[in-house]
Formats: sequence, structure tokens, C-alpha cells
Amino acid sequence: MAEFTLPANSKVKIGDTHKASGDAKRVRAFKIYRYDPDKGENPRLDTFEVDLDACGPMVLDALIKIKNEIDPSVTFRRSCREGICGSCSMNIDGTNTLACLKPIDEVRGDVKIYPLPHMEVIKDLVPDLSTAYAQLASVEPWLKTKTPPPPTTERLQSIEDREKLDGMWECVLCFSCSTSCPSYWWNGERYLGPAVLLQAYRWIADSRDEYTGERLDDLEDPFRLYRCHTIMNCTKTCPKGLNPAKAIAEIKKMLVMRR
Amino acid sequence: MSDKSMRTDLGRVRGMGSAKEGVHHWWMQRLTAIALVPLILWFVASVAGLAGAGHAETAEWLAQPLVAIAVILMVVATLYHAALGVQVVVEDYIHHEGWKFCWLITMKFIFLVLGVGAVFSVLKLAL
Repeated sequence: MAEFTLPANSKVKIGDTHKASGDAKRVRAFKIYRYDPDKGENPRLDTFEVDLDACGPMVLDALIKIKNEIDPSVTFRRSCREGICGSCSMNIDGTNTLACLKPIDEVRGDVKIYPLPHMEVIKDLVPDLSTAYAQLASVEPWLKTKTPPPPTTERLQSIEDREKLDGMWECVLCFSCSTSCPSYWWNGERYLGPAVLLQAYRWIADSRDEYTGERLDDLEDPFRLYRCHTIMNCTKTCPKGLNPAKAIAEIKKMLVMRR
Repeated sequence: MSDKSMRTDLGRVRGMGSAKEGVHHWWMQRLTAIALVPLILWFVASVAGLAGAGHAETAEWLAQPLVAIAVILMVVATLYHAALGVQVVVEDYIHHEGWKFCWLITMKFIFLVLGVGAVFSVLKLAL
């Protein structure tokens, strides 16, 4: 059955509060989920007060400031700080997004930061994405052809066909969408999830790819594809403004059309 | 993940491969949904029109060939649609393979019995 009660040690306790210095004028409280598997304790919610006058505009700026100046043990993933690497995906103010693209100003009240929902937590804001990465690898997200490559030129694609990939190549694989999807929460071991299905469709829709049929065969499954019930959380949460729900609908349409 | 076996993540995800089914289920769910829009509207309006009517009058209404055919279509489409929908609910929420198997068979059997029973009832009044 689905788990409706929390497993042991998952209740989040109130943690430490780190006050801002007295002369700070524009203070915002960041409530950050903390969990250290080595300590064997329940997770806790630490409060860090940050002077916004001495901090960059994005939530990631505040996280880096907190790590640098208040508590170096705060753990999170980040790299490019400009929304292109997909590392800093987390749940901010109740929505999965990239910390580097989320302005602090957009959050009203305390800024609550949790790891991506329903994934096992490695530490603090770092979720275990191994299954999601394996699911991505399983759809073989690369160009596959029977025709050998032309000896002296590239594989050509018309401008119109190239345009069909817009809205898909931009995905940075942050998995904000998959981890916002209830179907992925309940059946994440078997359902591929919106991020991976968007990538699968990116290659199905590529005019240069010659394995469309095989790709559709691999997706035609009650769990891999059809756990999607058009809930649309994926499209709503995507920090890059992409539409994984539409890609999934296109796959379902193609499966009907080829019968 | 916390998988106790030493199997790789990719091996686990690839698993037994795709079941190569699901299109028919998905397509039938949509077709029955579309068919049910006029059928249910007509049925609800008709039953509302029969308000206050006794058994004899209702039986007389149902005995008309076109009415009997439409009611049978409505009942079959409704139960087929419901069976497809409940199957999705069971697959979504019941993760124990044995229980899932039992529930899928039980609920399909219940809908089949309901369908045969309903069609028999309409025919008994209509013929």
C-alpha cells in the first residue's frame, strides 16, 4: 500500500536559530532543512537570519553567504549559479525550483528551504538522484541511427525540424519536475517521471534519429509512461519554463497513431 | 537508493523491459469518456422526466427499443470506464504485487457481474 504515515526518524524538529547582527536593517529569516545521516538524529529546521543589504538577490546567494559566514556544515549542491547546470534544485517556499534563479524578493515571509520532495536525503539539501539518473540513461538520450554518418559532412536537419526541439533541449535535468509529481512519488521506481520522459521525447522528435519505433516500444508500459495522469505539477514547477506534460502527451498521441 | 542487492541502478531501472501495453487502456478510457458525455446527459434528463412515475410507467419507458439500447450502452460504457479508472487507482496505490493482483482480478470481476446483471435487467423489462 501507499505509505500515508511517516517512516521512523522523519519528523522534522525545530533546530538552532542564528540571529543577525544588531546593526542589520533588512533582515530575512531562512529556515533550512538539516539532516545528517551520521548523527542518527531526526532532521531539524535551522533558522538563519541574513542581512539582505549584504547579500546577493537570489536564494542561492543567501545559501552561500550562510555557508561562508554562519555555518560551513550547511550542505547543498551548486555550480554555475546562473540556471544552466541544474545542480541547485530544491524546494523553496513550497515549490521545486533552482535556488540560483529564485529571487529572495519573490518569497513572502520566512524563506523555507527543503530538499527535493520524496527522494532519499543524503545530507541537508542534497537528495539521492541515482535512480533518476539511471532512468535517464535507460532512455538512451543520444542520437541513434542505422544510416552510417556521412563521411565529410554533418547529419543535416532542416530549420523547421530543428525548431521542433525547442522547449526540450533547454532542460537542465534538475529533476524539479519529476520530484513534484505525485505519480513519481508513489511509483518512482517504475514510472520514468516527467524529466526523463521529456528527454525521451526530445530524441523521438529529432528528425535525425532513426530509432523512433524502438524508443516508443520501450516507453509503452503502464508504469514507465502511463502513470502520468496529467496532473501538470511538472509544467507548473519547471524553473526553465518548459512543458514536460506536453511532451508526455505527444508520446501518448504517437503511441495511439502508430497502432 | 537503499536497495539491498548489489544490482546496478540501471539494471534495476531497465528491469524486465517494457510491458508493450497501456495504449489500448489509455485510448479506451478516453473513448468511453467521450461516449458518456451525451449518454449520461440524456439519461439524467430522462430520469428527471420520470420523477414521480411508478414502476409500470418506468418499465413502459424502458421497453422502447431505442431507450433500452441507449440505457444498455450507457451502463456498459460507464462500467467499462469505471473498471479502467479503478485499475489505475489500484496500480497507483497498491504496491504489494500479490495484493495488487488480487484487487485487479476482484474489481474486474465485480464490474463484469454488475454489467451482465444490468444488461439482463434492462432486457428483462424491455423484451
